[in-house]
Amino acid sequence: MPSLKSSEAPASTGSPQWPVEAPPAVRTTTRLRRKINDNLTAYGLLAAALVVFALFSWYPIVRGVLLSFQEVNFVDPPKWVGFDNFARLFADPLFATAWLNTLQFTAIALLLGFAVPFVTAVLLNELRHAKAFFRVAVYLPVMLPPVVVAMLWKWIYNPGPGLANAALGAVGLPDSAWLDSSSTAMVSLVIVSTWANMGSTTLIYLAALQTIPGELYESAELDGAGLFQRLWHVTIPQTRFVLMVLLLLQVVATMQVFTEPYVMTGGGPEDSTVTVLLLLYRYAFTYNDFGSASAMSLLLLVALGIFAGVYLRLTRTRSED
Amino acid sequence: MGRLAMQRTLARRAAVLVVITALGLPACGSESSNQQTGSGKVAITVTGQPPSSQAVERRIFDADVAEFEKLNPDIDIVPHEGFMDPKTFSAKLAGGQLEDVYYVYFTDPASIIARRQAADITDHVKDMAVIKQLQPALLDIFKDRNGKVYGLPTANYSMGLLYNRALFTKAGLDPDKPPATWDEVRTAAQKIAALGNGTVGFADLSKNNQGGWHLVTWAYAMGSQIARQEGGKWTADFNNAKVKEALRLLKEMRWTDNAMGDKQLLEATDVQRLMGAGQLGMYLGAPDNVPVLVKEFKGKYDDYGVAAMPGGQGTLLGGEGYMINPKASPDKIKAGLKWIDWKYLAPDRIEPRIKQYLDEKQPIGLPATPTPDIYTGDTRAKQSELKTKYANVPEKNFASYLDGNTKLKGNLEPPNAQQIYAALDNVMQGVLTNKDATVDHLLSEAEAKVNSALAQVK
Repeated sequence: MPSLKSSEAPASTGSPQWPVEAPPAVRTTTRLRRKINDNLTAYGLLAAALVVFALFSWYPIVRGVLLSFQEVNFVDPPKWVGFDNFARLFADPLFATAWLNTLQFTAIALLLGFAVPFVTAVLLNELRHAKAFFRVAVYLPVMLPPVVVAMLWKWIYNPGPGLANAALGAVGLPDSAWLDSSSTAMVSLVIVSTWANMGSTTLIYLAALQTIPGELYESAELDGAGLFQRLWHVTIPQTRFVLMVLLLLQVVATMQVFTEPYVMTGGGPEDSTVTVLLLLYRYAFTYNDFGSASAMSLLLLVALGIFAGVYLRLTRTRSED
Repeated sequence: MGRLAMQRTLARRAAVLVVITALGLPACGSESSNQQTGSGKVAITVTGQPPSSQAVERRIFDADVAEFEKLNPDIDIVPHEGFMDPKTFSAKLAGGQLEDVYYVYFTDPASIIARRQAADITDHVKDMAVIKQLQPALLDIFKDRNGKVYGLPTANYSMGLLYNRALFTKAGLDPDKPPATWDEVRTAAQKIAALGNGTVGFADLSKNNQGGWHLVTWAYAMGSQIARQEGGKWTADFNNAKVKEALRLLKEMRWTDNAMGDKQLLEATDVQRLMGAGQLGMYLGAPDNVPVLVKEFKGKYDDYGVAAMPGGQGTLLGGEGYMINPKASPDKIKAGLKWIDWKYLAPDRIEPRIKQYLDEKQPIGLPATPTPDIYTGDTRAKQSELKTKYANVPEKNFASYLDGNTKLKGNLEPPNAQQIYAALDNVMQGVLTNKDATVDHLLSEAEAKVNSALAQVK
């Protein structure tokens, strides 16, 4: 039965013939239409962003998840293989090594990469002269392409005529094998990564530091607080939110370390710098096993997702307390 | 139309355009691989065109394309620059961008065939005359276990000992008598390293799977295997006294003699750079490295020599060839094979090819392009004769390589080669970067990894 349009409501009810207010459904539709028309440009722009995100971010993620459970050769239709790709990863002796190495990199990167930019930002904030010069100097490495940074440090780390050993020698310390030893290779990579990336985080910390009202420091000084007390009781609490967000971002970024081991060590010596992403890369682009590579990326996604969830929950609970 | 209404219409059109454009993007990347040109010609895309930075090789390639198209007016060759890049191979295949005729190293065909990423050309090649003149061992690389053919070899090499004749002379060694045993290699490395100024006696690779590739070469050179097949199942076969002996030698050259330099984790380009700079005495390599050293590092052919793999046991065979896109139509397969045959294989083109290279002042006399050692029987003899006739590089610098190779057992790369190389990289790194590394431990660890990789062989 065709639906009765609200504008065709029966008039023979004996009601007076004055203008009747439209029923609620009509009002809602009209309002919606007007709202859509008013915001059409905004919807158009939003649609563009949504389409781009859907095609270049969400679709690859969904495809990656599907690939984790498939065997593909890009010629025949994909074959569903259940958890075979995951089983293959768990059977690979390098799988556990890659995770341990990545966690090691993240831990050292947090020690170095979290503290160094913060301390640098505090020092820059205290500077009275040549502020611009030092800010540019700290930020400069960020502007270098990552591969250039890696090549530059390969030269610095050269165990023969390298700059790093020359520097050690200048202060009377013995030479180090740097990248050529499984005991020092990972730390050497963290140093490169910290040097290359600390510019951005330093600037963010610096911006946060400059929002701290000067009165707080003044009253702390009047109360007799020294430099470290001011840092501990004023600076850190005032920048806590920025510190928490950057810690989260840094863990997510360092767990995905790739360029440095790929260009500088190829995962060696003796697998000491094989990271999760480097192993994933090998599966995808050296072994052409995209199923296992996708399974590995799914595991990383889940691990980072769990970490981010737990971290946010903990920090929110602490903030509420 | 009011201004507001016009703005709305424009915004609506813009939004529709954005959506259509975005949706159309993926379609742009999926060009049909079986299009025919409007004139009824069969158009085929082919890899192997040298980059424009290699001006001479590029000129020769482009001239060949023009000549081939003239001889075959029904075929249109669309050359693509470059060779095999495993990083982009699958993406190109998935996106419909993989060339109809694509280049491969001998490392690749086994896994490509297992993944069904090449066309079966058995029926197409059975009538090709040149097939019977190619070395059967090289053809086998492109066959599956049922004997079906998926590609054709176009060049090959066997690994040898590449050495710097100038440094040999400087170190008091006879460049015409390159080392024939591993003890002689060690002695020569010591003498060259003793020249000082950072001169390295012997260098080896240990990064990005190239170390594993070289350890396989070492294993073959010592008479070992890497993997053996029993009852259809592959297992690792390198944890033995022969490979341990190779590693002991490397360790002694590195740590006792200090003849391998301080810097390790080297790749092929690193050792070539060292050799080109006159800083390196020897490394394991093939003759096709020599033109690279001369062209890229302004060296002289007189300064380099290649000897057969020392020890007289065996060596690793490598090389290159072409396979066909599995999505290619029969017409394209036919046209593609015609191109491969004419450009790289046809015996009646050996002499014209040599002359073409001579005209461009390119080296003739090396067991490499344009005279690769891929033929057998009369064709091989004829090529050898022509090579000697037109040689413009000192053939004596490679005499030891050519003589010695006839006595060596040539071994092919193992299955799942890249994964095995990744596992063996570790062994090379251990020996070359860790003075206290235990060879037994390194080999046992690698054995477990290689067995895991071999368990995937289909």
